[in-house]
Amino acid sequence: MLKSIENIGAIVISSLEQTGRTFNLLLIVFWELLQPPYRLYPIVRQMYFIGARSLTLIIVSGVTIGMVLGLQFYNILERFGAVDLLGAGVALSVIRELGPVMTSLMVVGRAGSSITAELGIMRITEQVDALECMAISPGKFLIAPKLVAGLLSVPLLTMVFDFVALFGGYFVGVYMFGLPEGSYMNGMTDAIEWVDVRLGLVKSVIFGLLITLICCARGFYMHLGKAGSQGAEGVSSVTTDAVVMSSIAVLFSDFLIGALI
Amino acid sequence: MKRLNLQLLTGIFVMLGLAAFSYQAVTIGGGNFRQQPGYTLMARFDNISGLRPGGIIEAAGVRVGTVSKIEFDPDNYQAIVTLRINEGVPVQEDAIAAVRTQGIIGEKYIKLTAGGFPDLLSDGMQITETESAVSLEELVSKYIFSGSSE
Repeated sequence: MLKSIENIGAIVISSLEQTGRTFNLLLIVFWELLQPPYRLYPIVRQMYFIGARSLTLIIVSGVTIGMVLGLQFYNILERFGAVDLLGAGVALSVIRELGPVMTSLMVVGRAGSSITAELGIMRITEQVDALECMAISPGKFLIAPKLVAGLLSVPLLTMVFDFVALFGGYFVGVYMFGLPEGSYMNGMTDAIEWVDVRLGLVKSVIFGLLITLICCARGFYMHLGKAGSQGAEGVSSVTTDAVVMSSIAVLFSDFLIGALI
Repeated sequence: MKRLNLQLLTGIFVMLGLAAFSYQAVTIGGGNFRQQPGYTLMARFDNISGLRPGGIIEAAGVRVGTVSKIEFDPDNYQAIVTLRINEGVPVQEDAIAAVRTQGIIGEKYIKLTAGGFPDLLSDGMQITETESAVSLEELVSKYIFSGSSE
């Protein structure tokens, strides 16, 4: 009985510690980012890895999501005789909600997991300690480029996703169901305000920072995790953890941002 | 070569993202950045219930402007609506501005009907002939309550 209460307490304390470490890392990295030397090339390399390499995945999933939405919305709207609203429905749901969320989840799965695994392996093979011995700050050298790249790449990917999904919906509406082209495009332009685009942008920036931060922190601090999570097995469990945590963080903060803005 | 390739691909990615963003911001969400050339007119209404800034102004069913501002006049208990009319759309001195509804439950908009006077209104002037919003509930209640007595 007492043991189980102790266990609950331990879980609470360790998760609080983890949250604290994560945001501490953010502050440290941004502080170090302000100090010279400023190096741009590592950021470009991470943007290539997080952003450019995800482009195919994002385009394929964007078209698919757009087509699915077009199909489903058409079926629903047809019952009310409001097929003219197809463009508005697809555009609003993609730009406000699905674009940022789906893109972030894709980036978590593709890039986030490998960030955690990379940093975790560097930690257990003592490469991080080696950097510290050479007086190179691992925060600035390893984590800062990833954070900045995530912050920039996810919004850009979201925009590509939105654009592609809108045309997936257009394809279904206009070519499959023979909707007049003008009613789809006009519905879209009339329904979407700058406020909606801005909301999607704010969301994607926050998600981009959040997922790279969580994935970096999980990998970087894997040696501080619970005992027994060392070695190769530890890397695998920490990676799973990072993906789960950042997905939950994305979905929950999506709700929070939606409620606040 | 390797490095160049990587930078090139990253550059393509960034440009694609920015292009998609500007498409959304300007074409879809747009209109907010570039203001169409035109002039502003004022109009007083007794009741504009449901009309909002950004509402559409139509003449003969064609969009010819937007509602840019709505103010309340405490002296006369009226609404002062500032209308932004596109360039090239003449509004006569006795033109009628009426608050109408798109469909039965649609949004409120302002319908401009041409007048017969040769004189045109210019920037900052006031449309004197106005028709207020017609409230469906008022019409229905008038019909119900006056119907029995007649």
